[in-house]
Amino acid sequence: MITFITRRLFFQTVPSLFLIVTVAFFLIRLAPGGPFASEKSISPEVLKQLNTHYGLDKPILVQYTDYLKNVVRGDLGPSFKYPGRNVTELIAEAFPVSLELGVYALLFAILAGIGAGLLAASKPGGARDYLSTILSTSGICIPSFVLGPLLVLLFGLKLGLVNVSGWSSASDRILPSLSLGMVYVAYIARLTRGGLLETMVQDYIRTARAKGIPESTVMIKHALRGALLPVVSFLGPAAAGLITGSFVVETIFSIPGLGRFFVTAAFNRDYTMIMGTVIFYAIVIIFFNTLVDITQALLDPRLRSKLNEKA
Amino acid sequence: MNYASRFFLLPVLCFFLISFHINCTSRTSPVDSGIKTGTLHFGNQTEPQDLDPQIVTGVPEFHILEALFEGLVILDPRTLEPLPGAARSWDITSDGLIYTFHLRSSARWSNGDPVKASDFLFSFQRILSPALGAEYAYMLYGIKNAREFNTSEISDFSRVGVSAPDDTTLVINLGKPVPYFLSLVAHHSWFPVHPATILKHGKIDTRGSAWTRPGNLIGNGPFKLTDWEVNRIISVEKNPFYWDSSEIKLSKIHFFPLENNMTEERAFRTGQLHITANLPPQKIAWYRENRPEVLRIDPYLGTYYYLVNVNKKPLDNVNVRRALSLAIDRKSLTDNLLKGGQIPAVCFTPPNAGGYSFEPTVRFDTTEARRLLAEAGYGPSNPFPSVTLLYNTSESHHLIAQAVQQMWKKYLGIDVVLLNQEWKVYLSSTQEKNYDIARMGWISDYDDPNSFLDMWVTGGGNNRTGWSNSAYDSLIELASITNNKEIRFGHFRKAESILLSELPVIPVYFYTNVYLLHPSVKGWEPNLLNIHNYKFISLE
Repeated sequence: MITFITRRLFFQTVPSLFLIVTVAFFLIRLAPGGPFASEKSISPEVLKQLNTHYGLDKPILVQYTDYLKNVVRGDLGPSFKYPGRNVTELIAEAFPVSLELGVYALLFAILAGIGAGLLAASKPGGARDYLSTILSTSGICIPSFVLGPLLVLLFGLKLGLVNVSGWSSASDRILPSLSLGMVYVAYIARLTRGGLLETMVQDYIRTARAKGIPESTVMIKHALRGALLPVVSFLGPAAAGLITGSFVVETIFSIPGLGRFFVTAAFNRDYTMIMGTVIFYAIVIIFFNTLVDITQALLDPRLRSKLNEKA
Repeated sequence: MNYASRFFLLPVLCFFLISFHINCTSRTSPVDSGIKTGTLHFGNQTEPQDLDPQIVTGVPEFHILEALFEGLVILDPRTLEPLPGAARSWDITSDGLIYTFHLRSSARWSNGDPVKASDFLFSFQRILSPALGAEYAYMLYGIKNAREFNTSEISDFSRVGVSAPDDTTLVINLGKPVPYFLSLVAHHSWFPVHPATILKHGKIDTRGSAWTRPGNLIGNGPFKLTDWEVNRIISVEKNPFYWDSSEIKLSKIHFFPLENNMTEERAFRTGQLHITANLPPQKIAWYRENRPEVLRIDPYLGTYYYLVNVNKKPLDNVNVRRALSLAIDRKSLTDNLLKGGQIPAVCFTPPNAGGYSFEPTVRFDTTEARRLLAEAGYGPSNPFPSVTLLYNTSESHHLIAQAVQQMWKKYLGIDVVLLNQEWKVYLSSTQEKNYDIARMGWISDYDDPNSFLDMWVTGGGNNRTGWSNSAYDSLIELASITNNKEIRFGHFRKAESILLSELPVIPVYFYTNVYLLHPSVKGWEPNLLNIHNYKFISLE
């Protein structure tokens, strides 16, 4: 397993990151309008000073190699938009918020999604299955920018149960987590149902039933384990997406997370912030994909032996 | 209920239990508790770039800086007339070239240090230092040799027209008269910074040092910084060292960066905010009908207009530009589309800018518009070529552009292609004059018509139309060297008349500031610059 992780790190992660950094670096420079373009004109002298200050007056290849050197040292540079802050610090402040929100959303998605999948698969073709399908499809169809304001309208404005925005009290976590997690509930429910239906016709399930094990135990203890493989594959990138923040949900609920930076940095042409968020997101994605591979191996002995063979 | 149902219902039940628990706990809204504790909850649009008064350029930043710093003068929130600030009085020589400010001996920084005239010299040197790259350095260009120092033509700051004969006297020598100088001095680019703090965290011209962080920032305003959590909150509390602290009624202000105006409106409705920065246009009618007591529509010193690229055919023809302007029904736009109390622009400078008003010149006259278009040579035999109307991506700009497109089609038979571009792309297009007609807005930093008219001089940084008129340039120059208000305004009127006759810009409407204000907030006066000094604000 250690060999597998080491191989993964050196032969896949590092080259992938290098490629991502390179492509992103040059792509953002192609976008028209620089970080200091503004509605009110800036004098050429001031613009020159700003470009010198941030090293933008150097040839692009020199800027690129300088940036690579700094990244290797762990320095993501100063933000162009927020002069007093550096990118590492901004990410470090915003990420814990997105992580917290993402974890709640993920927990909600897993619990409700697997629950709905179990409900549907317990009597395929029955009323519960249809109900679960309808709820799942609705979850997929209703985007968070519709669901969020609807939840706010009901629980915040009409019932007055929670704040409509902010990230101070414990109750501020509820609506954003639901809005963010709902779409994943739907996917997980569909995947769980599909996985369960496939697993429930396997021989070992018939054996378990023949032994007289109660149906609930058969389903949760025996069938669910196998049925969750596609869910786990889905959860890797989904978790990466969830914990790195959502622009829409963070904006609707005014949450100080990382998601907003992904979008606003691009709009502001905050080059270093764009690069910082891209690198950070890439690392999180790679980390979760590796985690998924390991988890799958732990869940499925067949995969485990293959993985060891590869290693 | 079987195991699967239980599994599914668990998270849902948890949510309702938590909600029920919260509901059972008595909840006082931040607005109500704020009234008791004197804490103002302020919706402030976006996260500020920084809290360095010499670096930042935006309105949300200014709202916070007003609490943390105080310039030589402050503006009366009702009249915008200058009132004593850090300076208790000032003398002006008869030629209007030398201003002597007498600083208060009781003025203190938030750490207790006295505010000295030399602190102002340090601050002016800092903002004018080329290496700082301050975008608002030009606001100080009225000072003798300030431009030369800022553009590195001279390197000796002692040649810049500022001096401090003693700790409480500051002398500013202007190169030529600046009749709106006191209005200018109230701008945040003129605020003093604490020299020892700046030098503790870097050099005088270090950009982006840590001096603005809570714990580091030392200001001379009525409030001091206590908390700054990015994208969450900025909190300030009463500064006990402020010279007039006994008159400050608020104890704290919380600034919330609420970028989404729908979120902000909901926060106001549920008692989380005393003041919002904006109100979504679609909500105006509802508030007008149901809660008029909280709806505020204040005039604002800004013009929304269309830039015309006069170097491009067929827009190089002045009759074409006049025809386009005459065929815009501005009243219909403001009454039926915008509905936020905006005023149809009948000239370029908004009414009462520093006491200046221009007679209504811009009209809606479709017959004359068609005649002018025919005179320009366009008609059934020579159809008008299609032109592009550019705007930055935004629902409101899009709606206005669509309406204007329809008007030009209906009244002139002209086909206009609408083109929206992302903000920075749009800025790049207008700067490179890569457009036919483009929307633009101008909001003034100071209360004077000069702000609206000097930008159209030949080669002006904001003149992205390619238009040049020597008579216009001369008039603006003449207005800049006289201190006599009537003569100045006379030059401005002649200049504006040329501008509106040539129409390199087509005025559309004058801005208003539409927002929500809780009735408990007292002393919040409407004014053209949207300046609200917190020392005059209270909660009752």
